[in-house]
Amino acid sequence: MKYPALIYKGIADMVKIAENVEAHEERRRGFLSKLKDRYFIEGKLRKETRRNLIAYSFILPNFLGFAIFTLVPMVFAFALAFMKWDGSNPIQWVAFDNFAKLASDKFFLTALKNTIIYCIGTVPLTLIFSLGLAIILNQKVIGRGIFRTLSIFPYIASLVAVTAVWKMLFHPTKGPINNVLYNVFHVPQADLPKWFTGSLVLLSMILFSVWKYMGYYMIIYLAGLQGISKELYEAASLDGATTWQKFKYVTWPQLSNTTFFVVVMLTINCFKVYDIAVMLAGGGNGELTLNSTVLVYYIYQQAFVNWDLGYSSAVSMVLFVLVLIVTIIQFYGQKKKEAC
Amino acid sequence: MKSLHKRQVISKVIIYILLIIVALVMIVPFLWMLSASIKGDAEVFKMNPFQWIPDKPKISNYAEIWTRIPMAKFVQNTVILTIVVTFLQLLTSSFAAYAFAKLNFKHKNTLFLAYITTIAMPWQVYMVPQFIFMRKIGLNDKLLAMVCLQAFSAFGVFMMKQFYGNIPDELCEAARIDGLSEYRIYSDIMLPLSKPALSTLTIFTFVATWNDYLGPLIYLRTESKKTIQLGLKMFIGQYSSDYGLIMAGSVLSLIPIVIIYLILQKQFVEGVASSGLKG
Repeated sequence: MKYPALIYKGIADMVKIAENVEAHEERRRGFLSKLKDRYFIEGKLRKETRRNLIAYSFILPNFLGFAIFTLVPMVFAFALAFMKWDGSNPIQWVAFDNFAKLASDKFFLTALKNTIIYCIGTVPLTLIFSLGLAIILNQKVIGRGIFRTLSIFPYIASLVAVTAVWKMLFHPTKGPINNVLYNVFHVPQADLPKWFTGSLVLLSMILFSVWKYMGYYMIIYLAGLQGISKELYEAASLDGATTWQKFKYVTWPQLSNTTFFVVVMLTINCFKVYDIAVMLAGGGNGELTLNSTVLVYYIYQQAFVNWDLGYSSAVSMVLFVLVLIVTIIQFYGQKKKEAC
Repeated sequence: MKSLHKRQVISKVIIYILLIIVALVMIVPFLWMLSASIKGDAEVFKMNPFQWIPDKPKISNYAEIWTRIPMAKFVQNTVILTIVVTFLQLLTSSFAAYAFAKLNFKHKNTLFLAYITTIAMPWQVYMVPQFIFMRKIGLNDKLLAMVCLQAFSAFGVFMMKQFYGNIPDELCEAARIDGLSEYRIYSDIMLPLSKPALSTLTIFTFVATWNDYLGPLIYLRTESKKTIQLGLKMFIGQYSSDYGLIMAGSVLSLIPIVIIYLILQKQFVEGVASSGLKG
């Protein structure tokens, strides 16, 4: 009695399978024809498809490179922060261990503090100087072109070259700056500032950075200023506004988009400072001490010296969050201002 | 009336004094660099009397730097790298930007969002996984790695897109009615119109690639592959008191940048203004 039942079941299964295959086949055909209908019409590519393909062909060369070399590593960076890896042995999942370790890492905390101090010093100073210079150079002054070119010089010059000059100009014993302090202002030899060591190093970095980058932001402000309609100033003049009032009620509000852009770019650029610190404060081997260490230096050290890739990525996540916070605050601040 | 005139004169005078101070602060380090580059090491810091041009200019510094470090090789590497990167960057970004600015297609906003979000993300955040990836595909210690790294920036696409956005759509429409293909519209109409933006992007890319330090530091380990910045830094690290030579090398490293900037600067402010970089 067992066998007929088994046979029956076997047949039933086979029918089911056959039905399945057929259904599958039908679905496949349906899908193909739908696909065909979607992209082809009367044997020709649909207009819409053609349009999409043309657009993609424009984007593809850049997008390929962008996706492979930027997007993929970026996603990987997030994952890596939760792992332990030395680049060759198997990867270990460690969840939040890296971040827990960060909280008590003195070198990291100092690097974070230094980076933030550097930002707080650099951003407002650069902003004020570049805006001031842009306002002056937007007026009719003699030699405007030459002044513009001169102020952008430090920006285009290579960091290695200009830090080399700065280190000579501010050389603690031989440099002309300290020479003037000693000979003209009679600062005693022992009190002459050691610009690139100790507590002064962050100040030197800030001053250097303002000097190097203000020309760049000046150009951006200049572009912003040129977008302000002259009628606004004429109207203000008719109302008897002073120069300060014109700045306060016309220039500054009109430039709010530019200022948003400048502050965000400046802050991001400050957070990622590395070369300035290494070149101004690093010794011959480029190593930084607690006085001058910054976040990116620590990322570099952890990754390429200690080969602790997960830990290094955790530090870079901190950098990422910092940048994100600044961008969000700026974004909402901007929106609020516009709403008023 | 008279006092108003007087005030104007005074404010003009103050403005010029400020300008001259700023200009001096900006330019004196470079003049000092030039001056020190033709001095012996002992003369560089001599202050009493300070001479901008020494009695016996040591022009030989400029010859010596080429033999002390493989300067010719460094220059060659940097020139190749910078030209290839700048060319690829201009081509691929203007190409992609055209689609984002003037064409409608599926997933346009999603794709553009991907570009935008990465602009705010510092490269330093993902430089480590990027390096691991490059090493995996065998690009470690190759100039090609630097090309891949710098040639496809989101920034270039964004900038060019902003610029194209200001060019009226009617222009493209008219060309389409005349039967021009999108590729022809891009090459015959958009590219010639985008000179200011292209010049600006050239300056940015050229300056960034020529002056890049951290990228080459991570990727290029062999001496014969190094760029001029790495080479110069290496020299400074080893011979920190060869002041004259260091300055001669620095001057040499600046020359190409200055030339490029002077050629393109006329379009620079206009380019920044019209490509919406001002926010």
